[in-house]
Amino acid sequence: MNMRSPTVETARAKTEFYNVVTSKDGAVGIQFIGRIDHQVAAVILKMLLDDVKHRRPRQVTVDLNRVTYFDDFGVLILAELRNWLDENQIPFRLVQPPVKAAEILTLTNFDNMDLCAPLPRPKGNPMIVRLGDAAIRTADNVRHLVSFLGSVVLCMLHAARHPKSLRWGDILVLMQKTGVDAVPIVGLISFLLGLIMAFVSSLQLAQFGASIYVARLVALSMVSELGPIMTAIVVSGRSGSAFAAEIGSMRISDEIDALFTMGFSPTLFLAVPRIIAAVLVVPLLTLFSDLFAIIGGLVISVTMLDLTVSTYVDQTIKALDLFEFMWGLSKSVVFAALISWIACLRGFEVRGGSAEVGNAATSAVVSGIFLIILFDSMFAVIRSYW
Amino acid sequence: MEDNAQVMITVDHLEARYGDTPVLKDVSLDVHKGEILAVIGGSGCGKTTLLRHMVGLRQPLSGRITIDGIDITNGDEASFALALQKIGILFQGGALFGSMTIAENVALPIETYTDLPQSAVNALVRMKLCSVDLRGYEEHLPSELSGGMIKRAALARALALNPQILFLDEPTAGLDPVISAEIEELILRINHSIGTTMVIITHSLNIIFNVAHRVVMLDKSARGVVAQGDPNEMKVSSPDPLVRQFFNRQTSLSKRQLWRL
Repeated sequence: MNMRSPTVETARAKTEFYNVVTSKDGAVGIQFIGRIDHQVAAVILKMLLDDVKHRRPRQVTVDLNRVTYFDDFGVLILAELRNWLDENQIPFRLVQPPVKAAEILTLTNFDNMDLCAPLPRPKGNPMIVRLGDAAIRTADNVRHLVSFLGSVVLCMLHAARHPKSLRWGDILVLMQKTGVDAVPIVGLISFLLGLIMAFVSSLQLAQFGASIYVARLVALSMVSELGPIMTAIVVSGRSGSAFAAEIGSMRISDEIDALFTMGFSPTLFLAVPRIIAAVLVVPLLTLFSDLFAIIGGLVISVTMLDLTVSTYVDQTIKALDLFEFMWGLSKSVVFAALISWIACLRGFEVRGGSAEVGNAATSAVVSGIFLIILFDSMFAVIRSYW
Repeated sequence: MEDNAQVMITVDHLEARYGDTPVLKDVSLDVHKGEILAVIGGSGCGKTTLLRHMVGLRQPLSGRITIDGIDITNGDEASFALALQKIGILFQGGALFGSMTIAENVALPIETYTDLPQSAVNALVRMKLCSVDLRGYEEHLPSELSGGMIKRAALARALALNPQILFLDEPTAGLDPVISAEIEELILRINHSIGTTMVIITHSLNIIFNVAHRVVMLDKSARGVVAQGDPNEMKVSSPDPLVRQFFNRQTSLSKRQLWRL
């Protein structure tokens, strides 16, 4: 078996693969020669059919006694030939094949090929049925969402009464993965965000000689709005997808079923530690985010706006009060709970194969970001009526 | 089986380790053309490691492996690709692609390596699935099939291009006796009709005695081959008690110790 290309094969005389003889009464005899395998099957199939059609046979006889190698690619050639002959009602006859070829012919059911004919495809359902199916699926999803929410709440209450039922070691590891490991990326993104905000706002504020308000602007918008959102989006992308993928692969390898049959609640074992870890570390990450953004603003203000470090810090401190911090942090607690909850749900929903795990990870991030924005707008409404 | 003496695979002084743990040491063996070789041995003795080296999935620490004369341990990419065309592998878990239907799984190598028209590819896929008794499951996803069906579908995919050498990792593990017997018969018929050389990793005594032409036994403490030959002879006349134990399904306890249990 070497890498001969089909074009080279065509160049080799077709007589190397088979001989065709036409007798006076219109009977065509085909004798296959040599090795008939997957590398030559396509070429032979095309040439042979053209050849046979061209001769307008009354009867076709195939002889396999000179083949040195014959496998199901050869059977395919015979089957296609016989199909064409059957369609044109021309009799087909196979000379007693050598033992090995005969064996391959039985193995592939050559004499009874319609056994392997395709089954009729099930017809698609009418539109009304599909619509109903979609509605039922959606209702099912909502039911699943609510029941998972309930299960998480129940498990949280259970964990509050029996703190020992929680796996604190897991929670620590998850806190490290979700929080500590995310500090560099959250810090970098926030620092750049602070730079950009300070720079863009200074373009406007400088026209009024109000560059000093850059400090207040950066501090306020970061602490109460952008800090929690940016951090939650980064955590959703980093850890939400990881939660969904991990739980999803556990699902397809039956690990969740194993937990269940060992008497563990999968929610308590897998979801609750992740939600607790996220709720504990995301507010801390948000603080880091605020801090780095303020430093970013400071760099721009000092280098480009001729503010001193102490003026900038002074203005920042004046702009912020405890309420702003608590507001931002309570938002980030809600975001953390939402993104970890939806990610675990998407993981538990996985059915089937590895492609579903990928879908679950994607869906966890998309729904996570959607929930973040949705709840942030709710917070904005609440605050406007405060 | 035109030429029985022709060697298809050689393993030459293979040494393999995982991290610091040596698994195989100085393993040498030949597989002849058209032969069915069973690789046996207790769990953790390096059977799968040997297989992974033989198909080039792992690089040995030292030693050489050739497939039909092509060195896959030191050779270049092109010759390795050539060697890959000669082999088919049935993985222990099937390793079917989960996002493709059974028919697409089997059709993938055929579409890639031949110029057959789509209708012929479909016909061939049906033939292959029919010969492993999976007619009617073309449009199913692997996750919708049972373990035995997945194994048979994976066998159909491994056989898609009728490779010269077929590696089978536990082809009948976890299957019921009827399906196991069917797979064994299928292995024999393929070997007989198109002369495929086969390397089978197995624990099944049925395969060892009814399918294999030759048996190679690995052992964990020896980190290599402890015995090889005709299984029926080894069963009665092997000088190594360990080998007789394996073939006669004895525990390492003596009869008297068993009585006490």
